[in-house]
This record gives sequence, C-alpha cells and structure tokens, in this order.
Amino acid sequence: MRLLRVLSVIVCVLLVAGCGENTVTRGNTVSNTGGSGSSDDRFTGMDDGVIETDSEFAYFSKEYFNYEIGDRVFFALNESALSEDAKDILTEQADWLLRNPDSTVIIEGHADERGTREYNLALGARRSEAVRTFLLQQGVGAVRMSTVSFGKERPFAACSDETCWSKNRRVVTQIEEITGS
Amino acid sequence: MRFAIKVLAIISLLTCGGTQGVTQASNDGPLQIEINEGIIQLFPIAAPQFIAESASASKWAKDITDLILSNLDRTGLFEIVPENSHIGKITNFDSPIQFSDWKAINVDVLLTGSVSLSSDGNLVVKFRLHDVFAQSSLGQGVQYRGQANNWRRLAHTISDEVYSRITGEGKYFDTRIAFISEFGPKTDRAKRLTIMDYDGANVRYLTDGDDLVLAPRFSPDGDELIYTSYQTGKPSVYRLNLRNGQSNRVLQTPDMTFSPRFSPDGKRVIFSRTTKGNTDIFETNLTTKESRRVTRNRAIDTAPSYSPDGTKITFESDRSGSPQIYTMSLNDGKISRISFRNGNYGTPVWSPRGDFIAFTKQLGSSFHVGVMLADGTEERLLSRSFLDEGPTWAPNGRVLLFFREEPGESGGPSLYSVDVTGRNLKKLKTPNFASDPSWSPLR
Repeated sequence: MRLLRVLSVIVCVLLVAGCGENTVTRGNTVSNTGGSGSSDDRFTGMDDGVIETDSEFAYFSKEYFNYEIGDRVFFALNESALSEDAKDILTEQADWLLRNPDSTVIIEGHADERGTREYNLALGARRSEAVRTFLLQQGVGAVRMSTVSFGKERPFAACSDETCWSKNRRVVTQIEEITGS
Repeated sequence: MRFAIKVLAIISLLTCGGTQGVTQASNDGPLQIEINEGIIQLFPIAAPQFIAESASASKWAKDITDLILSNLDRTGLFEIVPENSHIGKITNFDSPIQFSDWKAINVDVLLTGSVSLSSDGNLVVKFRLHDVFAQSSLGQGVQYRGQANNWRRLAHTISDEVYSRITGEGKYFDTRIAFISEFGPKTDRAKRLTIMDYDGANVRYLTDGDDLVLAPRFSPDGDELIYTSYQTGKPSVYRLNLRNGQSNRVLQTPDMTFSPRFSPDGKRVIFSRTTKGNTDIFETNLTTKESRRVTRNRAIDTAPSYSPDGTKITFESDRSGSPQIYTMSLNDGKISRISFRNGNYGTPVWSPRGDFIAFTKQLGSSFHVGVMLADGTEERLLSRSFLDEGPTWAPNGRVLLFFREEPGESGGPSLYSVDVTGRNLKKLKTPNFASDPSWSPLR
C-alpha cells in the first residue's frame, strides 16, 4: 500500500505553468513537481521525482497523507509517550513532509473525555509536543510546524466507552498547505 | 426563641465531629436554621401574597411573592406553608398580626409585604418578617423601590434579606451565572459564552459561536468575565467587559494560555500557559501588563485559583504522577500537596469564606464534585455521576454549581446546584446544553 518508488526525474522546464501541481497518470503513477527544496530536505535534488504508489491518491496529495500514511497517532490513557506504532506512522509522515518541503502542518493534540477540561488541554499540548519533537528529530523544519491542543473539545468518536476514547486520545497532523506560495 | 437553629456553620460542624441536635438559643440571638449533614428539619414559613396597594400593582404583587417563595423553596431549607391552609388573612400591611392564627398552623416565620406603583411608575415593595413564637418583628421592615422591569431583582433582593435573617448565612439570590452554551453534535460542538440570572431568567448570549470558548470566570466586581477563546486558532485568555461588550486579549503570546481567574482584588489574573508542550502557571498584573511565572515544573500545572485573601493559590498538577491538588503561598513559594485519597483530583477552587476548597475528583468510572478543608482534611464528596466537573461557589460559600455531562453520542452537559453539605442537588434549567458555570458575586 505504501509502495513508493522514485521513478524518474522530470525536467521542470516543461512544467513552468504547472509547477507545484500533481499530475495523475494511468496506473496511479504520480508525478510531482514541487518547488525548490528547503534546507532541511533530505531529498534536495530529487523533488522533481515521480513517485509510484498503488494508492488511489496521488502521493503528494493531502488525501494520501491522511489516509495512506495516516494523519494521526494514538496514545494510552493519560500518556504522551509515543508507541512504536505511532513512531512508524510519524516516520512516514516525516518522509512525506521532507519530500514536500513547502508544506506546513498544524499538530493538534486531543484527549478523551475522562478528565477535567483544564487538564486535558494541557495533556493535549503535551501530546502534540511529543509529535512535534519526533518530526523535528526526523528533520522536519521547526518553522513548518505549529501545535495546538483541543483537550477534550473535539472528540473524533462520540460514544462514551473505551472504543471511542482510544480513538480520541490522538494527535492529528493537519496539512495546512501542500505548496508554498 | 424556639428555633434553635438547625444550621451550624459548617466549620464548627466539622470540628465538633458532627454535633447534632438543637443548640441553646439565647433570647436575643439571631433566628437561625441549623443546617447539618444529618436529618434536616425544614423551617416552616408562610408568605401570603403581598398586598397590592392598587389594582395596577396586583400583577406585580403576585409575581414578586411567587418568586420569593420559589427562591426560598429552592434552598431546600424551608417548608412553604401553602396559602390555602392559612387561617389568618393579611389585608393591610400595617395592621397588627394575629400571631395565634399562624401559630395554629405551625408557622415559625411569617413574611408579609405590599407592592405599590409610585407616580413615576416605579415599584415600591415593602416587607416585614415576623417571628411567630416570639410574637415580634424579625429585624426592621424594609422598603425597596425600583423600575417595574427590574421586579425580579427586587424579589431576589427581598429573598436575600429573608434568607439571610433566618439562616444567618450570606446572601446569594441576587446574582448571575456565566456559563457556556453548547450546540450541535458532540464531535463538532459550537460553544457560546452565556450569562443569566441565578434562577435561569434573562439568558443572554455574549459570543456568536464562531470561536470555541471555554470557562468564563467573573471579576470580583461582577462587571467583567475572563475566559478562553480559540479566536486566533489557539486557546488564549480574553477579558470581556459586560457593561460595554468589549473584549481584549490579556497576553499577546504565541503560547497557549487558558484556565484564567481574577485575583480577589481584581488587579491580577492567574492562568495556565503552555510553552513547548509544558504547562505552568503564570500571573499577569492587569495594570502594568507585567507577567510572571508562578510555577516551574516539567509536570502539568493548571487550573489555578486564589485564596480569598489573595496570598495563596490552589492548583492542579500531575507532578506526583497523577493529577492532584496543591496549595502554594505566593509570599514564599512554598508548595504543599493536599489531596491524598485514591483517585485523580482537579479544578480546585477556594470558597469565598476561605474554609473549603471545592474540586473535581475522578475515581474509577465516576466523577465527583467534593470539598475539603484547605489543609486537605475533611474531604467530602457531594455528587457522583459519569462526569461531574468544574465547581463554582455561591458568594456565601454555602451552595455550589457544577456541570454534569450525560454519556454517549447524544449526551451533553447541564448545570446543577448542590449544598456544601451534599444536600439539595438540583438541575438548573438552561435553553441548551450548558457547562463551565461561574457564579457571580452579589450584585
């Protein structure tokens, strides 16, 4: 599902007008012609690559980030430590962000409803910071990331048992912009 | 005097280990109800409809009498002796009282009043309290004058006077409640800052619902609210002037700021501030705009509240590994943990009397609102449900409001009041789901 391959380099001179847009080709092959890489981009020099995936979404689309990589990671009760699963997802998020160097993100921390409003706001902030720090360590530039906590104000799942609470103890990496202006 | 009051001051009750029974009444001591944790003896009171001095005043006479009785009834301390069982009829406010008529139906206190409309269109309301067994007046008769559209405040003011004279407790009916009205599905709630009278009348929305808003708190003079808004996308503390409707951000910072409260003198604000994921407590001087750090800890420090004399704060911290309640001296910075029983504790708030700290407690699958003395002793839980949270004190320190959230997809919060004794739990009527109450000072 996350089969990625840099296929080739496309000469940007062909794509002046379309620079920064994705072109979906047959077979779900995706080409991206992102702008110049930022200094933190490990893939500088490769940003004109085409990445083939077996996803219905273009690799450089927000949908690919949200649904194929996963825009969120989950936490244990009252915890802000990253699980191994969370680290795997965040590593792929970082990879995507590094290949898409003009994108910016808002990292939203959330808590389940089993705590006071004030504590959950602080807990959500602690969780979003754990994610921000991990992405920073993977090389994503600090200026591209901002954090916010919603505490228990924006549950994803509405039921009042652990099946929902476990989905609500989350940090969501929201892609703000895919390309810089 | 026969009414040896059944309302002990709570403190003496606690320190005396729950002394029960009737205290010896002195001849000239105040008439008092003894409120204790055991069986409560309701205090029988009669209040025949106030005399309308003119036909045009009769509607006001009925409405004002009804509202006073409703206020007294809501306290859970009085037995309202209904008018259809009255033997004596009050036809003239100044006529002598036939005490035997009231003694015969076991009324302890009789409230009489009159309402007239003055030539300038104002309401003039007089009342007297009568001690039936002593066959004497209970305090001075009082006359109030006010605009007819303020009749509810006149009724609340008289209710306060009656309640205070009989119980010896402070007043609290002529107050308001600020809270958050909640609309829409649980996963996408819209929240509006709202204010209403203590009894649910005169609901006014203060924000339009575009921005998420949280936890308003009254200023000590009741003219301002301080609250948290996501107006900029992140939680930030704002001040709202209730007289002119203007709202200002308290601290310009990219950091999250939230859970603010005013100092008792209204000159400072204490709040939580999050820097790089770590939440500590800060204080801002509203005059100089200077901000200072109050706590420095890698744990979460949040939900601060001042003591009534402003020299201490109480707050919630997970520095021990779980959320617990601490107090801190603002003079020497000394911090003491005060919650030690099982469970998580949060949202501590000091009683205006200075004796108790009210809190939210999570124990197993339940949430409670409770009180403990400021040294952490004498913990008592006053409520229990799936989610009870966020207590706020009436100005007399005798009654608390909090919110209770029903579980599930269609569940939502409502406001409840409860006595500091744990008695008289009552749901408040609000037009929508309602959370985060703050009780105003006396108006």
